[in-house]
Amino acid sequence: MAKRNNLGRDIKRHSVCYFMVAPYMLLFLFFILAPILIAFVFSFTDFNMVQFPPDFSGLDNYIRIFLEDDDFLIALRNTFVLACVTGPLSYFACLFLAWFINELSPLLRAFFTVCFYAPTISGTLYVMWGFMFSGDQYGLLNNLLMNLGILSEPYQWLTNTESMLPIIMVVQIWMSFGSAFLSFVAGLQGIPRSLYEAGSVDGVRNRWQELFYLTLPSMGPQLLFGAVMQIAAAFSIGATITALMGYPTTDNAALTIVTYISDFGSIRYEMGYACALSFILFVMIIAVHWVVEHVINKYASA
Amino acid sequence: MSKVKAAAVVAEPKKLKVRKRQKEAIARTWWGNFFVFLFLGLMAAFMLLPFYYAIVQSLKPLEEIFAYPPKFYVVRPSFNNFRSLGILTDSLWIPLSRAIFNTVFVTLAGTVANVVISSLAAFPFAKYTFPGSRFMSTLITKALLFTGAVTAVPQYLLMAKTGMINTYWALLGPAVAGPMGMFLLKNFMSQISTTILEAAELDGATIPRIWWQIILPNVKPAVLTLIILCFQSLWNMTGGQVIYEEKLKLLPTILNQISASGIAYSGAAAAASVILMLPPLVFYIVVQSRVLETMAHAGIDK
Repeated sequence: MAKRNNLGRDIKRHSVCYFMVAPYMLLFLFFILAPILIAFVFSFTDFNMVQFPPDFSGLDNYIRIFLEDDDFLIALRNTFVLACVTGPLSYFACLFLAWFINELSPLLRAFFTVCFYAPTISGTLYVMWGFMFSGDQYGLLNNLLMNLGILSEPYQWLTNTESMLPIIMVVQIWMSFGSAFLSFVAGLQGIPRSLYEAGSVDGVRNRWQELFYLTLPSMGPQLLFGAVMQIAAAFSIGATITALMGYPTTDNAALTIVTYISDFGSIRYEMGYACALSFILFVMIIAVHWVVEHVINKYASA
Repeated sequence: MSKVKAAAVVAEPKKLKVRKRQKEAIARTWWGNFFVFLFLGLMAAFMLLPFYYAIVQSLKPLEEIFAYPPKFYVVRPSFNNFRSLGILTDSLWIPLSRAIFNTVFVTLAGTVANVVISSLAAFPFAKYTFPGSRFMSTLITKALLFTGAVTAVPQYLLMAKTGMINTYWALLGPAVAGPMGMFLLKNFMSQISTTILEAAELDGATIPRIWWQIILPNVKPAVLTLIILCFQSLWNMTGGQVIYEEKLKLLPTILNQISASGIAYSGAAAAASVILMLPPLVFYIVVQSRVLETMAHAGIDK
């Protein structure tokens, strides 16, 4: 009883705080949190936008997804292939490039930071890659390879099943130097010089030892933030695919869970199914992040 | 200090140039430097390639666009593509000026709303503990993982049920509720010394007044960063999922319709890309040092 009174008084004493966070928290609840819950709830229904309330269908959607839907397995495979390549690759590319430019003069550092961050700022410029990989002779890559005599006729980069995933990887890596990269650059700048002085007294010999024994362990928070951003991005590949290769792609060779969700969500209007797919993607992202978070925490605190 | 220098000299006797700038750190070997610069140069070229191509293509006159083989530079630059972009868009049912107005309005309104609402909420989370505060701020940090790819379909359902489709609210809501700005501001604000706040409270200042007079002036870099992040995401937004009415369509959507029309319009499409990418890019370059200052605090503590 006394405890509840304390809580009441505590809430009352901080009423101004609640008023200040209320506008944001309401928007957050409505636009970010509620959709996750809705995806979960509607994934057990056959909602189709017309019939409301929809019929409860139990685990039907999930059973269909995992046991009957061959396209989902393709999407799952592609999503994992893309995430497993672009996620780690972009994470370490961000880290090493940030490390490389860290010791340049401020002007050079700023120049390279702008170069690497520019694709993130320019939003939809990735459509330009469509011209580079264009399948006709005007495609720049085709033209180059034909001039060099490597190809004798134009190669259909954007519609041949073998070349689609690699091209998406290239484009995704190109646009992956976002917030994670900036936080690495800034984090490296913030490491006190005294740490390195102490390290060299303790016998740190070369730059790699410096990186692995001194620099990275003291960047724990940035490493965690970077992991969040790159994991979220690596599992959300979809818009670039649709823009460059259209939907559906040849033999579904570039089908990912994200493009599959928008197929059910905005073409077939099978919302229950789309919600189940969204929730599966959500669980996948959370699970991968959970593992990565533990690895980084272990490393950074060791 | 001198000890460190001595150690570095013993370990690597040849390094001179780099060490002038970074006296304390162990310098790279000369071949290390060579490869770092080679790698950085190649990466920067790769990053800037689509930008270069967009600019070159936008300046090519029609005969050069159709010239075979395609050239990677422009012989006789002209602004014809920009002019023909004007002519193309004149034939639209709704004038281009309306699309420009839509994008500018959504960008400005969304940015202002996000900065005000996020900073209002970030302050209590950063500096006060009240019942639920720990839980809410953890939730917001976790929400960095809730990507648009996951929330798109349920968000659409929510908007459809509340009549937000085909209104600006559907564009502004998710943008303002995004957790990134909130997260950055909260971290930045928690660096502000608590003694200043306590002194102000003793002088009888209310929390909203402290927010306005002490906190906001002290987090200018973070606010600028937030402005650039909001600006770039709202400016590049296509809104294709939630806006179907012609007169509410945004600039990128209209310009994408042009670029979808094949090689004859590729010059105009490139001109459109250049027009779209310039404002956020120039804005970022102007404030980039402030952005880095903010990103130094973009870490996730355990």
